[in-house]
Amino acid sequence: MPNHKKLKIGWFSFTCCEDSTILFTELMNDHWQEWVKVLDVRHAKVLQSDNVLDELDVAFVEGAISAPDQEKKLKEIRQKSKKLIAIGACAVTGMPSAQRNEFPEEIREEINFLIERFHYGDKVKRLDEVVKVDDKVPGCPMNEKKFLEVLEQALKEFGIVN
Amino acid sequence: MHLVNFDFTLDEVTKVEGSAGLEVKVKDGKVEYAKFKIQDYKRFYTQAMRGKPVAAIPQLLSRICGTCSIAHLIASIEAVEKTLGFEPSEQTKILRTLTYHGLIIRDHALHLYIFVLPDLFGKDSLLEFDDNDKVQHQLLHDAFAVKAAGNHLAILVAGRSVHAPYPVAGGFLHTPEQSKIPDVIKELEEIRPAVLRLIKVYAESPFVLERETNYLALKANPFSYLEGQLYDNDGLVAEESGFRDHLEHVVKPYSQASAYTFEGKPYRVGALARLNLNKEALHPRTREDAGFALKFFPSDNIYHNNLAQAIEILHSVDESIDILKSFKFKEEKPQKLEMKAASGVGVVEAPRGTLYHKLVVDEKGVVEEGEVIVPTGQNQIAIELDIARYIQENLDKPKEELRRGCEQIIRAYDPCMSCASHFLKVKWIK
Repeated sequence: MPNHKKLKIGWFSFTCCEDSTILFTELMNDHWQEWVKVLDVRHAKVLQSDNVLDELDVAFVEGAISAPDQEKKLKEIRQKSKKLIAIGACAVTGMPSAQRNEFPEEIREEINFLIERFHYGDKVKRLDEVVKVDDKVPGCPMNEKKFLEVLEQALKEFGIVN
Repeated sequence: MHLVNFDFTLDEVTKVEGSAGLEVKVKDGKVEYAKFKIQDYKRFYTQAMRGKPVAAIPQLLSRICGTCSIAHLIASIEAVEKTLGFEPSEQTKILRTLTYHGLIIRDHALHLYIFVLPDLFGKDSLLEFDDNDKVQHQLLHDAFAVKAAGNHLAILVAGRSVHAPYPVAGGFLHTPEQSKIPDVIKELEEIRPAVLRLIKVYAESPFVLERETNYLALKANPFSYLEGQLYDNDGLVAEESGFRDHLEHVVKPYSQASAYTFEGKPYRVGALARLNLNKEALHPRTREDAGFALKFFPSDNIYHNNLAQAIEILHSVDESIDILKSFKFKEEKPQKLEMKAASGVGVVEAPRGTLYHKLVVDEKGVVEEGEVIVPTGQNQIAIELDIARYIQENLDKPKEELRRGCEQIIRAYDPCMSCASHFLKVKWIK
């Protein structure tokens, strides 16, 4: 009997330039035919409109956390995912999205009205300051080889491939 | 007379770069407002660049955007070189042109195949295309082949298609290996039929939303994304350095991005603007093979922005093949730039439209101020006007259909929210 079980994944972006999303779509050039067989993409705003966040095997999360509403969303993703992987520099280290954390007082004053108007958090956080992160794919953009390894490992761990 | 009242919101537009929402209100049968909300949190690049050495700026500003990082990289490099009074070599210019063609091919292809094509086939995702249906099977396979060809061109010339490591102010850190060029030429030739199929698909698209407006773009002959002067519907507007004088910043309190008018009026930038103003300058092979589609331009139909993007892919393929076949690359190290207190401007046509970078540096080459104006900010008002018109003309349609229609209009512009929300209006001290 062929194995029809698929890995339930989500791809999420917080504050960043979404370079790893772009790299993910470039990796699809070579891998899409195998991925459609083994991946159940339940949430990926870049690929589809019909997105559900109910239960995920693996959540891939890029970007840093700028605001309390993002923090809430990240916690929800964590709660509904068996594994959560931090993707790219902003998710793993906070930078460069967290550069405002280092701003001197006079620049902080200059940007304060926006911080207030759009309810930003006091500082920008990397993912593991907010939730437990199971693995990391660093790089700006993410290291492609490491990403493919992490994905392969998850496919094995969840019994999708041998 | 029946007067309608309703409002609706779209929390998150999908299949676009970054995060955007929409809020529409109709009162007594009239659209009261359509608010296009750019929701990405700012990363404050124009603040972060202050106090940094000028040599570090292009790679930093490349991080404004994932998908068009090369546009920011090249615009920033141009701003650095203009500031310091440096003229790049002939080979450097050619390599930048090729780098840029790699960007245009893969960025437009991402948008046209992954983001927009599902709308034309009533699907939610390209990956839902039916592999047993002849047309859908072909387009599905074309999508990844075309994207890959652009990606491989960028890798050959610039080292990577996202945050490319080789282009720097003063030249390139690496010269393309002659031995790798034939494969890239072959791949570009092989995708030509796919690109022509894509042009045909968009030429036959039934979507129409016409609104007469002004268009703005860099114009040069031959067609270029990097060189030229700024033109609008009425002709020459300004040199690159004078572009900013014609723009007016408009605050949209509900959006994290700055909006702009041009000489006090709304306008559109992007592929549609470029073809409306300069289709005669496209590569001759493109003009010949895409003639059936070029006849639609000039056009006020915003959906023709997608047709224009498809035609630009072909132009980038054709010009790249020419250059790669004829130019002999020699080893060339980047030139060192002399520091001085000065300011300068870099303007390029990003995939989504005119992109402006400005720098002010001190005598040691440390950045005092910077400004970045991105296409999506410039298109923000046009997007709202188009949505208002669409709603006004379709008040009787079910809300679900209106929501879908609005999303399609927004997508037609190929907006990029990561780009649009990175900065604040800067008060100039000089």
